Amino acid sequence: MAEGSLDIDVLKGKLGVEWEPRSYPVESEMVRRFARAVGDPNPHWQEGAVPPTFVLAIGFEQFVDDLMSLAAFGTVLMGGTELEFYQPIKLGDVITVVFKITNLRERQGKMGNMVFTTFDSSYKNQKQETVANCRQMVIGY
Amino acid sequence: MGNEVTPLSKEPTTKQLVMWAGAVGDYIPIHYDKDFAQSRGLSGVIVHGQLVGAFLGQLVTDWIGEGGTLRKLSCSYKGMNYPGEAITCKGKVTKKYVEDGRHYVECSLWAENPKGEKTASGTAVVILPTRDSGD
Repeated sequence: MAEGSLDIDVLKGKLGVEWEPRSYPVESEMVRRFARAVGDPNPHWQEGAVPPTFVLAIGFEQFVDDLMSLAAFGTVLMGGTELEFYQPIKLGDVITVVFKITNLRERQGKMGNMVFTTFDSSYKNQKQETVANCRQMVIGY
Repeated sequence: MGNEVTPLSKEPTTKQLVMWAGAVGDYIPIHYDKDFAQSRGLSGVIVHGQLVGAFLGQLVTDWIGEGGTLRKLSCSYKGMNYPGEAITCKGKVTKKYVEDGRHYVECSLWAENPKGEKTASGTAVVILPTRDSGD
């Protein structure tokens, strides 16, 4: 597809629509790997506590795969992240995440059309308690 | 007010970017493929914005310790960070208040590159234990 003619009609059709929920069990090695990747030596993350920002790891891969299948972005750049935490995630929790695109804005940039895509994600544990909400913005181009 | 959050220094390597990619499942190639990154108008591989966000999260959880609770964390990615370059995470207290018997502290947070430019900025809201509870 020629640059500047990015077709986002399919993406627009997803605006305001909740995506299929997906569930992920929180395992100790995932959490330890996350803390090592951050370079965060806090012993609590090795002893069963879960860093709040770990929610960023839940379902993100599938979200990006879906997003890239909805619009022919060459890449996406992260523009911002807003997180609210309601209670700590615990090892053994099964977290269900639901994504929803809440805003789309287009702007012409030097690399062609840039699509500012805001998306919300909510995270619930196996007791249906909301553990966190997140709003992020990615720039697709 | 204006109290400084204890700064946190990071210097992510390309290895750390690969570790982050694996840990969160972010396989967008601008974070590991230099040629691809340049084809997308970047000068080279860049640090994941969310990793900088996680650094700011660590800045706060280190600062508040086990007794504190992180309630909100926001971060806007304003500029690029490159692997091999220092990222210094800083913050300062902007507001303190009590609500429903809980002691809240709001902070502004930011990340600086080696030139002292803010590549990310944001805010945090934390709940700190009261003195009565042994703080």
